[in-house]
Amino acid sequence: MAAYVFRRLIVSVLILLGVSFITFFLLYALPADPVRQIAGRSATAQTVENIRQQLGLDQPLLVQYWRYLTGLVQGDLGRSYLQRTDVGTLIAARLPASLLLMAGAIGCELVLGLTMGVIAALKRGTATDQSLMIASFVGVSAPQFVVGLLLLYVFAVQLGWFPIGGYGTWAHLVLPSLTLGIMGSGWYSRMMRSSMVDVLRADYIRTARAKGLTRRRVILRHALPNAILPVIAMIGIDIGIFMGGIVVVESVFGWPGIGQLAWQAIQRVDIPIIMGVTLVSACAIVLGNLLADLVTPLIDPRIKLR
Amino acid sequence: MNAAVTKLSGAERAPDTKPSVLSVEELEISVRTSEGPRVLVQDLSFDLARGETLAIAGESGSGKSLTSLAIMGLLPPPAVHVSGGRIRLGEADLLSLSERRMRALRGARVAMIFQEPMTSLNPVLTIGRQLIEAIEAHETLSRREVRARAIEALRAVRMSQPEARLKQYPHELSGGMRQRVMIAMAIALRPDVLIADEPTTALDVTVQREVLELLRDLQRDLGTAVILITHDMGVVAEMADRVVVMQAGRMVEQGPVQEIFAAPKEPYTRALLAAVPRMGRGEGAGAPSTAVPVARVEGLRVRFDIRGGILNRPIHAVHAVAGVSFEIRAGETFSLVGESGCGKSTIAKALTGLVPFEGLLEVAGRKLESGQRPEKAFRRGVQMIFQDPMASLDPRMRVGDLVAEPLVIHGIGSAHEQRAEVETLFERVGLERDQLDRYPHEFSGGQRQRICIARALALRPRLIIADESVSALDVSVQARVLELLKTLKAEFGIAYLFISHDMAVVENVSDRVAVMRLGQIVEMGTRAQLFGDPRHPYTRQLIAAVPVPDPTRVLPPFSRPQGEVPSPVLRRGTEPQIEALADIGGGHMVASFE
Repeated sequence: MAAYVFRRLIVSVLILLGVSFITFFLLYALPADPVRQIAGRSATAQTVENIRQQLGLDQPLLVQYWRYLTGLVQGDLGRSYLQRTDVGTLIAARLPASLLLMAGAIGCELVLGLTMGVIAALKRGTATDQSLMIASFVGVSAPQFVVGLLLLYVFAVQLGWFPIGGYGTWAHLVLPSLTLGIMGSGWYSRMMRSSMVDVLRADYIRTARAKGLTRRRVILRHALPNAILPVIAMIGIDIGIFMGGIVVVESVFGWPGIGQLAWQAIQRVDIPIIMGVTLVSACAIVLGNLLADLVTPLIDPRIKLR
Repeated sequence: MNAAVTKLSGAERAPDTKPSVLSVEELEISVRTSEGPRVLVQDLSFDLARGETLAIAGESGSGKSLTSLAIMGLLPPPAVHVSGGRIRLGEADLLSLSERRMRALRGARVAMIFQEPMTSLNPVLTIGRQLIEAIEAHETLSRREVRARAIEALRAVRMSQPEARLKQYPHELSGGMRQRVMIAMAIALRPDVLIADEPTTALDVTVQREVLELLRDLQRDLGTAVILITHDMGVVAEMADRVVVMQAGRMVEQGPVQEIFAAPKEPYTRALLAAVPRMGRGEGAGAPSTAVPVARVEGLRVRFDIRGGILNRPIHAVHAVAGVSFEIRAGETFSLVGESGCGKSTIAKALTGLVPFEGLLEVAGRKLESGQRPEKAFRRGVQMIFQDPMASLDPRMRVGDLVAEPLVIHGIGSAHEQRAEVETLFERVGLERDQLDRYPHEFSGGQRQRICIARALALRPRLIIADESVSALDVSVQARVLELLKTLKAEFGIAYLFISHDMAVVENVSDRVAVMRLGQIVEMGTRAQLFGDPRHPYTRQLIAAVPVPDPTRVLPPFSRPQGEVPSPVLRRGTEPQIEALADIGGGHMVASFE
């Protein structure tokens, strides 16, 4: 187990290194010039050149990347070009909000998705099953900004149950989490349904019934833990999908997370911030996957981590 | 007619009139299909007396398993249902009971064990939980009492260290052990009726022997009535008091076991019994020892690494095949027998170049050494027929194309010639030309295996490996496929490497036989040498464990060696100890043993 985690962490570091390399070179290959953004339109060629030297952007790319890496190893994510603040500080200030949003979204996905999937599997072939699967299909295919605006209009503007935007209370969390989680619930309900349908056909379910157990117990005790296994692996992958989603959802709801930070930075070619957010997201994805892999053996004793 | 039979058997039991615990009257089971209802089982009647073992025997599709599920009230809803007749358990009419009342009986008064011990236990729950909940579902006891009952049940099925077993998960137990757990669950509440649906079909023959003995002892001690559902007439002969023979959803014949075996009345029963492979029926002296070898295996070793540790390097290795040598002569059937995991299928994979190996292989004059990838010409000399014909035929290809594919791959003949060749092969294996354009799912199991045989013949190989090729077939189909293989051997001059776990089949078809255990050959010789004069204790044990389809036979005492079964998994670097084979005369090779 410890050996497994250790090995996975080493692989994770390699993955992060790869991500940093690719992102770094992609960003600097962009035609947009960050120095122009900083200097403004009216700046003279001399000013532009000075700023370029100041930021070290006149050096060869490999040298710049090496500098960035040495900083990274010491925990320094660099300084924002425009905000004149450490990227680390900026991200640290906004990360909790984003993590909270993700946790809310995962919760929403699991509760909605698993419930829908299980009910559909138990009522297989009926109208309930079909309506649930149509609903999940809509959930999967609806764009997040549409879902977000729709939820805002109905539950915040018309019904006034939740605040329109912002951050601070639990009520603020509900609509953004739902928006972010609804696509995943669609996926989960479909996965859960097919997994549950398979499990319900398994020999050990027949054994459980032959013992004279109640239907409730057969489902909760015997079918569910087996059916949920493939879904858990999915959660790890999901965190990656969330990273795309939070940029949209945070702007729709004015949620002060790293998604907004990234969005502003992209518009202004503030490369250190983009790099920082990308690396933090990559970390989250890698750790999320590791966590999902560590949870699986707790449910399935056949899986041994070596 | 059925009523008459029932009466007859009732009359025969008259002297010791035991009360009937379960009676099935004119049972009819149907399935709803889009074309309307279809009857699967009809007009089935039998009585089960206290303490009696009734075998329901029949081939696949006979409705025997459906009958057992109907008694349990577990027919797969909503399509399959009981459409007529009555099932009585004591005073209760099972078919009119509410699900709630049926549930109270299920597991308590009628219990069931299933064919697949590997998949019949929930993989994510411990043995203890599964056993305890079976008890708790019917009795209100304290935790301590339930645990005591569970331990008692495990002890009854002769599991060592029952307390420790409670904490184990199914995957930590072997197939035989899992079947014991299933039996423990079924008998924990002392049911009146125990239904055993092919309880030993998935088990190795020595394990089957143990489980059958266990069932017999439990029945004697607890007085449970047993319904034994099986396709294996050997098991029927050893276990049953009375037999119901079923075919295609109808009862063919019913009677005491001695009568059914000694004087079967119906032609179907006679045909079924005639098709059963029996030991001692093998014939022919086999190919002369002077015949040229078509295949040679020398010092074959196959090892699979098990990785672990911080760097995930190979630490242990499974020695699947550890130093095996033999040769197969032209026109000969050479059999490898042994229980699961003994390495017999791995030898087949090595011979077809599907796993890396050490040692030397030679087929039809072409050599293959350690580390070499086989060239096409080598592969052409050896073809294979697998166990599951459905799984080994691509469902999206027409069967004609499947049989022609080896010719296409090896670039033999024009498209026209290939078609003609496939037609000839089809006729040779007993199929029709006009079936060429059909798909595999349109054929029966036996026909599919014929297609696989035609495919294996297409390249005119010198050696055909038949890996459990008849194990999945019903006995009557099995007999015909074996007959076909025999005819083809003479006609095409091929040799077979016949791999099987079934001693009776091996005894019937082989010229020479090698018994394998733990990746090594423990005994090898002609059929007569090996079955007539088995020397190695393991060979003797295997032969003694085979159920014999003769109810009058007195069972030989069977003892399994005590202690840990040795494992083929060793630390990397350690080599398994290879027992040398000594010739005890006439080519009869036996490994040393204490």
